[in-house]
Amino acid sequence: MNNSVTTESIAPLASEKTPEKAKTSNVITEENSDAYTTVGQAFSENAKMSMRNVNVFYDEKQAIYDVNLDIGTNEVVAMIGPSGCGKSTFLRCLNRMNDTIDTCKVTGKFLLEDQDINDRKMDVVPLRARVGMVFQKPNPFPKSIYDNVAYGARIHGLADRKSDLDDIVETSLQKAGLWNEVKDRLQQPGTSLSGGQQQRLCIARTIAVSPEVILMDEPCSALDPIATARIEELIDELSQNYTIAIVTHSMQQAARVSHRTAYFHLGKLIEVNETEKVFTNPDHGLTEAYITGRFG
Amino acid sequence: MSMSMLFLVMLVGVAATFYFCRQRSLSLASELGGIRHLHSLPVFYGVQAALWCAIPCLLIFGLWVVFDDAIIRELTLQYLTEEQRSLSANELQLLLSTIESITTGSSTVNDPQLIAISQHIVDFRSVSNLALSITVVCSLVGLSFWAWFKLKPENKARSNVERCFMLFLLLCSTLAIFTTVGIVFSVIFESIRFFQIVPIQEFIFGTQWSPQLSIRADQVGSSGAFGAVPLFTGTLLISAIAMLVAVPTGLMTAIYLSEYASSRVRSVVKPILEILAGIPTVVYGFFAALTIAPMIKNGLHGLGLDIAFLGVSIGPLEVSGESALAAGLVMGVMIIPFVSSLSDDVINAVPQSLRDGAYGLGSTQSETIKKVIFPAALPGIVGAILLAVSRAIGETMIVVMAVGTAAKLTFNPLESVTTVTVQMTTLLIGDHEFDSAKTLAAFALGLVLFIITLGLNFIALNIVKKYREQYD
Ligand SMILES: Nc1ncnc2c1ncn2[C@@H]1O[C@H](COP(=O)(O)OP(=O)(O)O)[C@@H](O)[C@H]1O
Ligand SMILES: [Mg+2]
Repeated sequence: MNNSVTTESIAPLASEKTPEKAKTSNVITEENSDAYTTVGQAFSENAKMSMRNVNVFYDEKQAIYDVNLDIGTNEVVAMIGPSGCGKSTFLRCLNRMNDTIDTCKVTGKFLLEDQDINDRKMDVVPLRARVGMVFQKPNPFPKSIYDNVAYGARIHGLADRKSDLDDIVETSLQKAGLWNEVKDRLQQPGTSLSGGQQQRLCIARTIAVSPEVILMDEPCSALDPIATARIEELIDELSQNYTIAIVTHSMQQAARVSHRTAYFHLGKLIEVNETEKVFTNPDHGLTEAYITGRFG
Repeated sequence: MSMSMLFLVMLVGVAATFYFCRQRSLSLASELGGIRHLHSLPVFYGVQAALWCAIPCLLIFGLWVVFDDAIIRELTLQYLTEEQRSLSANELQLLLSTIESITTGSSTVNDPQLIAISQHIVDFRSVSNLALSITVVCSLVGLSFWAWFKLKPENKARSNVERCFMLFLLLCSTLAIFTTVGIVFSVIFESIRFFQIVPIQEFIFGTQWSPQLSIRADQVGSSGAFGAVPLFTGTLLISAIAMLVAVPTGLMTAIYLSEYASSRVRSVVKPILEILAGIPTVVYGFFAALTIAPMIKNGLHGLGLDIAFLGVSIGPLEVSGESALAAGLVMGVMIIPFVSSLSDDVINAVPQSLRDGAYGLGSTQSETIKKVIFPAALPGIVGAILLAVSRAIGETMIVVMAVGTAAKLTFNPLESVTTVTVQMTTLLIGDHEFDSAKTLAAFALGLVLFIITLGLNFIALNIVKKYREQYD
């Protein structure tokens, strides 16, 4: 790959529109990485989560460089970029999942409403109930469908009675669009479902703890097109009640489900804009190169 | 020619065949215009020819070595006198051994007839030896030339060599199977002989075990009772104590190592556990007999009153030096690494995605372990435990040293009991006739033990296999 050559040869398209940013953004290579400012609209009036000056290191290796981004309330933000650019790493910071990786160090401010979740004193247990996560590969627990969905509610003590728990399971499965398919087989193992159903089960499991934000890391990459379409529909429905950050390698998917799209490149947040703008008239040359398939 | 010399010659011959046939295939190749016109690479032609020489020669060699003693023995018999030949099998064997020892010069027998026979044997041997050498060398040379002349570019040398290799591997693996089958059959046959002397129901349901057979007919108290129940309860008791120690400790160790320990701690603890697994069981036996058993004895001496106070009747508190508890405890320690490393593997095999899923929902570490990882790993852990049980049941050395041989039917861990394996060793130690009920009893015990551990292993391996499939 000759990324550095490509990057230097492509000037930002919108340099006239945002002259002060264009200066820093037109040559971005791994060397002059520090002083980079994202083009477009990284900030939001009505932010649910605000990330400031985020740097992430795996041991000595830096994976994320000084990222600033807001995610608005009930907004769907898509994160795209070539693989290895740090999308998952960034997403996992948002509910402290990187804590489980010993070598990973995260610096910067992560405000969820007005609470800094990257504070070491922050208890991750309630945080992860507020910011749920859906993973790339469907990962239902080796339990029944019912117990999978009830799991979160149980560990967070959300239901005092069995009937409350039944309600939570039913509404979550309904919201995940799975209820009709599984209502007669709630006691069967979650692993007996098809891949698409498993992923919806995982979404139901996440919804069951009534999170405010749902993080999704390539939730459809292990699914067939029909199951993917089903999940995309679901994301659309969920966006009425939840704030969603979704990583995807499919630009069509980002275009279909998201309101704003963030383009990452080699650990830097290059551009954030309205999704439609990113896919029709991006501000930055790198973004355009990516969406037109010149690399990635 | 000595055997080793002959062997060396064979080796050289085979190597030469390999070399020349490889060369020949190369020269054939250059005539055709390159190696790619051959069916196989030159080295395959060489190996094929070498195999063609080596396998028949080794067969001849092997069969000869196996059968020449028997043939020479038959030939020797004709030199014996009529009455010597009509001796009983045992005595005849004795006579032949005497003659044999004359040939090696380690006997001082001066009987001229025997010396003459031994001379015959020496002659036979040298003739046999010579014949063997000639046969082997001739077939070697013949086969080499044959291989050389038969070498054609279109020979399917590669597939032949591959097939030979496969057969060789198959042979090696069947060795283990044949051994197992052999052991099973010998145990079964001896057990059948035992059950002809002692009825099977008495063996399985009898509660008296005292295998001392009377030496004199009028001896008292040596009827020879072969009720195996006390042995099996003893085994059960000790194994149960061992599992009580090993399963919780081993499991917790595994969970700690796989889920909590930093890689530094892991890199220290794991090797230490492996050392524990590598200690010979005799050493554990010492430890049990010399350290743990007295400790229990002294400890309980002090506690004696308290136990009586609690109303637990454990009989007169005369703790014997040899207690099931000591052996069970030490055996449990011995099995800890076994349980922990198997469970560690099983726990590590639980996919990371399940952990992520649980953490992502806000589970704490212990919730993740209790509610997700442990249930996911449970079948594998059960398999590991069953394997450990069969280990405990089969363990002998610790029990021999720490428990003794008194076959008491009791479930009191402070008393001395005995186990199946210990009885088997005591039955077979020393000089016994091989068809007395006493020695045969060991085979019957072995058979039952074998069936039990086989069953356990079978179940355990099936569970482990099922578990593997679940995540593949
Ligand atoms: N656990 C880890 N340890 C070390 N390096 C990692 C780890 N996870 C990811 N990385 C590195 O961080 C960079 C970003 O990875 P990731 O966030 O997974 O990219 P993406 O999701 O965009 O494909 C990559 O260079 C990757 O090699
Ligand atoms: Mg990723």
